[in-house]
Amino acid sequence: MEQMNNSGLVKIKDGVKFIPGASALVGPLNMIINWGRTGSIWPATFGLACCAIEMMVAGASTNDLDRFGVIFRASPRQADCLILAGTITKKMAPVIRRVYDQMPEPRYVLAMGSCACSGGVFDTYAVAQGGDEFLPVDVYIPGCPPRPEALLDGLIKLQEKINREQGRWSQLA
Amino acid sequence: MESTGIVEKLREKFPDDVLDSYEHLGQNAVLVKRDHILDVCRFLRDECSMNHIMCLCGVDNSKRKGIFSERFEVVYQLYSIAEKHMLRLRAQVPEDDCSIESITSLWIGADWLERECHDLMGIHFDNHSDLRRILTPDDWEGHPLRKEYPLRGDRDYTGYEELKEKSRELSKFDFYDNQSRTSGHE
Repeated sequence: MEQMNNSGLVKIKDGVKFIPGASALVGPLNMIINWGRTGSIWPATFGLACCAIEMMVAGASTNDLDRFGVIFRASPRQADCLILAGTITKKMAPVIRRVYDQMPEPRYVLAMGSCACSGGVFDTYAVAQGGDEFLPVDVYIPGCPPRPEALLDGLIKLQEKINREQGRWSQLA
Repeated sequence: MESTGIVEKLREKFPDDVLDSYEHLGQNAVLVKRDHILDVCRFLRDECSMNHIMCLCGVDNSKRKGIFSERFEVVYQLYSIAEKHMLRLRAQVPEDDCSIESITSLWIGADWLERECHDLMGIHFDNHSDLRRILTPDDWEGHPLRKEYPLRGDRDYTGYEELKEKSRELSKFDFYDNQSRTSGHE
């Protein structure tokens, strides 16, 4: 945030301004909503394999996802984001889909690590070859496992993507 | 490991069942027929103080080098907590009648181990109280750890195909980017 010249308005981001004392935002509705969404990506607390350990590290104090408004929620009904952290077995896949189906829109999916992106080294009978086979994945994070910084970068990429959206608040009209 | 005398006792008690025995890297192993496996195990538990089953697994011998007499075998790794000695029991299971007596009446801990063996190797455990699949989904077909089972499976798992179909169907309920009229998920 920075003080704008003369007008007395506070710039929150390009095109969105805050009027001090009036509790009001000025800007295109789309931008205000995107600003709100980028600042509160709440992932469901859901881990699949070893990547989940790295996801927990990313949430802990050193990297501190809270700084970005990323707060893990214990229920998919309060979550906006599903981080596929680990190997997706074919037995687990319907469970993951059910978690996703319980999440309210707008919802986003991050595929964390080689396994969630493509199946990784596990090209076998038991493992789904990537989360995108049954979920709409927004951001792919490579690594085995990705470092917490990589997950953080993935979340920032997701924020950038949300910022580019244009009126995403209904099914196709 | 010094000889524990168990192999000798076993040979004396079950002369017709013990096929072979050997020691490798200090570990004793006994090949037995499957027919009286329950009696053999009961003898080991009650008379030889083997009160703990460490491990139970199935083996497909079809590409094996070494001694065996049937295509499959069930391997019991027994341990005596008091005496601190171990014994490996290899019960030979033929391919045409792929079954063996369950030992859950002796060690309840063998329950899930036998289910795993049944699931992945297709060996039936007679008189097991609840012989369902344990690792693969309930409606899975085939036994993945058999040697003829291909790495990527011999057919698509129907449950997973259904899930992919359902996921395509549900995608129409996703929110869309209305101004660019593209799916939010690109």
